[in-house]
Amino acid sequence: MTDKMMTEDDVVARLRAGMTIAIGGWASRRKPMSIVRAIVRSDLTDLTIVTHGGPDLGLLCAAGKVRRAVYAFVSLDTIPLEPHFRAARQAGTIEDEPLDEGLFHLGLQAAAWRVPFLPSRVGLGSDLLRDNPRLRTFTSPVPGTDGGEREELVAMPAIELDAAVCHLNRADARGNAMFLGPDLYWDDLMLQAAPTGGRFISAERIVDTADLRAEGCVHQMRISRLMVDGVVAAPGGAHFTLCDPDYGRDEAVQRAYAASATSPEAWAAFRAEWIDLPEADYQAKVKAASA
Amino acid sequence: MSWSESATTGVDVTRAEVCVVAVAECFRGDGEILANTIGTIPMIGGRLARATFEPDLAMTDGEALLVADDALFAGPNRLGGPDGLDGKTVEYWNPYRSMFDWVWSGRRHIMMGATQLDRYGNQNLAAIGDYARPKVQLLGYRGAPGNTINDPTSYWVPSHGPKVFVETVDTVTGIGWDRAAALGPAGRFVDVRQVVSNLGVFDFETPDRSMRLRSLHPGVTVDEVEAATAFELAVPADVPQSRLPTPGELELIREVIDPEGAREHEVPDPT
Repeated sequence: MTDKMMTEDDVVARLRAGMTIAIGGWASRRKPMSIVRAIVRSDLTDLTIVTHGGPDLGLLCAAGKVRRAVYAFVSLDTIPLEPHFRAARQAGTIEDEPLDEGLFHLGLQAAAWRVPFLPSRVGLGSDLLRDNPRLRTFTSPVPGTDGGEREELVAMPAIELDAAVCHLNRADARGNAMFLGPDLYWDDLMLQAAPTGGRFISAERIVDTADLRAEGCVHQMRISRLMVDGVVAAPGGAHFTLCDPDYGRDEAVQRAYAASATSPEAWAAFRAEWIDLPEADYQAKVKAASA
Repeated sequence: MSWSESATTGVDVTRAEVCVVAVAECFRGDGEILANTIGTIPMIGGRLARATFEPDLAMTDGEALLVADDALFAGPNRLGGPDGLDGKTVEYWNPYRSMFDWVWSGRRHIMMGATQLDRYGNQNLAAIGDYARPKVQLLGYRGAPGNTINDPTSYWVPSHGPKVFVETVDTVTGIGWDRAAALGPAGRFVDVRQVVSNLGVFDFETPDRSMRLRSLHPGVTVDEVEAATAFELAVPADVPQSRLPTPGELELIREVIDPEGAREHEVPDPT
């Protein structure tokens, strides 16, 4: 039986500069922040980040790790616009690959199913086809179901990943995992779209396989060890994003993070206080602050 | 003053409450579809429509559930209960990914916001200025291209001004009637219906599908709307006043759907 337990630094050691990495969660919700912080501290560069974007993308932009962003939106939820991502876009320091949320879904699904693209009408008529030149249109080889016309469609290309990292509520050491909050987001699809060897999860708590089901209900057991190569025990690993029902968003730390986009000095101070420290010290600091 | 008197005279009805009714009216006739409303007053207005003349509408809790409750929760108690949910009346588990099943099958009418909106109903949520190197980066394309090419779409603008109602949007995220016409058959599901702002209600019921003033909220003049709109609006000779809430509607808004008065924060009453 394969034990896939590892640390955040082990995950980082398996990543390389220039990789395309999908990051799970959604906006400022259940993001694998302990792994993101480890990437910020590493010497990885030139990353393409595929994300329903929140502070994961913002932190990596602020740290100069991002070459390209593939996303449909970037938000901190309670702070609607992500300030570090905005700063990077407005300074022109990152390449931009915008998508519609639905096309983002189809791109991951195409990669997971090993097909070059999936068809959609999404994007037609909008400026998305102008701003994302990877999107091409084609004439359907098959007549339509509602009139027989061979219509023009968008080919959403597979989003080819090198790695995926996600944070779940519970996992076992083999990589089976479950979400306990209201939404799995795209975590399972990101893990299925990534190649073997590049699929990593962290989890609030590691339990024996036999005890996993009792943590919630069977329908929440949506991450299989067939999708996972490495498991990190990371209690508090999504902090400061929310990870319900385990904990809510830490709005005070998120506000401090957002405020650090105002100047290089503010970012350096935030980084010194919340990034450039071992994960255990980070979690101790969070505990102390909430005590 | 009693509500029946206020509904007749308009004296005791707030601008926000007029907006709520205008939003509700956008969903009249929709039947059994998902009324997907983004924003506080849209959430209240959709619930009002369901509680009165469109009982079969389905609505979200703003996240991963379709709920039957009339009450707009000030903020979900995210950590309540064993599944992280609180005491909502749940009709369906609707994670984000399930939304595309509604969007792409056309069983939804969305009301979303717009940082910029032009005369044909083209919307911009992505960036101000040149997209390649924006002056201001906004949210992104979000789901706007997919929403507009698949589903009936209405817009909510809580602060009507010439920087929102622009001659040309900088980036087209949600497509309007001119873009739809240029697409031909591929644009056949595009249906940009109404725009509700804090000043009035607008539609596209003109020969060239450009924006028309449909009604003015009480106390608002045509001049005021024109001054707050950077393109030329179609203005009929007689512009009706937006419908006022009935006493029953006011009671629903004030006592059942939004007893906390969240609507008044989104649109403060003009003084």
